[in-house]
Amino acid sequence: MEDYGRNIITIELDQLLSTATEKKMTGWRLAQICSAYVDGRYELSYTFGKEYEVVHYRIVVDKETLVPSITQIYDAAFLYENEMKELFGVNMEHIAVDYKNKLYRIDEEAPFIQGTAQGKTGTTSGNVNKVNTVADNQKKEV
Amino acid sequence: MAKRSVIPFGPQHPVLPEPIHLDLVMEDETVVEAVPSIGYVHRGLESLVQKKDFNEMVYVTERICGICSFMHGMGYCNALENIMNVEVPSRAKYLRTIWCEMSRLHSHLLWLGLLADAFGFEALFMQSWRIREKILDMFEISTGGRVIFSVNKVGGVLKDMPADMLQNFVEILDGMEKELKATTSVFLNDYSVKSRLVGVGKLSKEDALKLGAVGPMMRASGIAIDMRKTGYAAYSDIDFDIITSDECDSYARCQVRIGEIF
Repeated sequence: MEDYGRNIITIELDQLLSTATEKKMTGWRLAQICSAYVDGRYELSYTFGKEYEVVHYRIVVDKETLVPSITQIYDAAFLYENEMKELFGVNMEHIAVDYKNKLYRIDEEAPFIQGTAQGKTGTTSGNVNKVNTVADNQKKEV
Repeated sequence: MAKRSVIPFGPQHPVLPEPIHLDLVMEDETVVEAVPSIGYVHRGLESLVQKKDFNEMVYVTERICGICSFMHGMGYCNALENIMNVEVPSRAKYLRTIWCEMSRLHSHLLWLGLLADAFGFEALFMQSWRIREKILDMFEISTGGRVIFSVNKVGGVLKDMPADMLQNFVEILDGMEKELKATTSVFLNDYSVKSRLVGVGKLSKEDALKLGAVGPMMRASGIAIDMRKTGYAAYSDIDFDIITSDECDSYARCQVRIGEIF
């Protein structure tokens, strides 16, 4: 069975820039950055590819932690980072270009972590109002 | 400095394949700045996947794209099969490979048609899409759908192709090959087509790597990477050459796609 680089290497936040730099210098491309909100913390997964190899690095940070942008190393990271900032509320700094939460022009703040405190797992910008109503009802019940 | 004005452009406009809004900052008749707003078709699937049952999500992932719907559904199933250590039956792998190749054929023909449309060769556009219809017919015969197929499931596929259907497909493809050779010859040899493509839109190998180009776009910039070589579905059993070009222009991108059709 194929193994598309399922191994995830967990690194510390202060290793992020040096890891991305090392990947860039050795010819790896940025494949994607993904955010997930788990138990009140962010899991940020950075995937790099080189020819047919894939490797994932993951950092786990609190909501308040400042996460440095890697756009100075990989230009194309700006879309992922703006998305993580706007949809998940990740505290990103020094993104080039920083859309300041206006990339998608949505009304709600960090809609993808809406309701997670109640055991839900996030939502999309399209059904924000519906999920807010559910969350509001749960608050009333409490 | 001339007085500046802002003209809103989009998000819906006849020349745009996908919605995007641009605030065009004008100095007289010159655009000096264009501020984009994107995300009009962002559906938040990475959030939805956390809520949906994994079997239901297969049908959602198919709807990520109306052109490569099969590939998205299969990619999602592949990921889950790897996570769950599920071994897919050999026949299902081969069936997936056939649908993958049909997807490539109709996707490349769609692209070629749009290319012809973009440089104003309407007859060539129509011919490309006319031939493409035959692939969509094959999809309809084998899956019941022409755009969304719903034949992937985690662990395999939901439909088989009996021997007479496969024989029918071989005959359809034999007939198509002749038509394709005539049509693609125009793309590759016609003077007016070449005058619109050769040397246009150069993307160097270095820039293709830096900008994250993939697929035929990347291979037309001289990078010999084809993900089928990783051996997903039944590709590990199939020998094929990676089509590349070192010309790095629009003609090369056309040439690579045509090479991948045959």
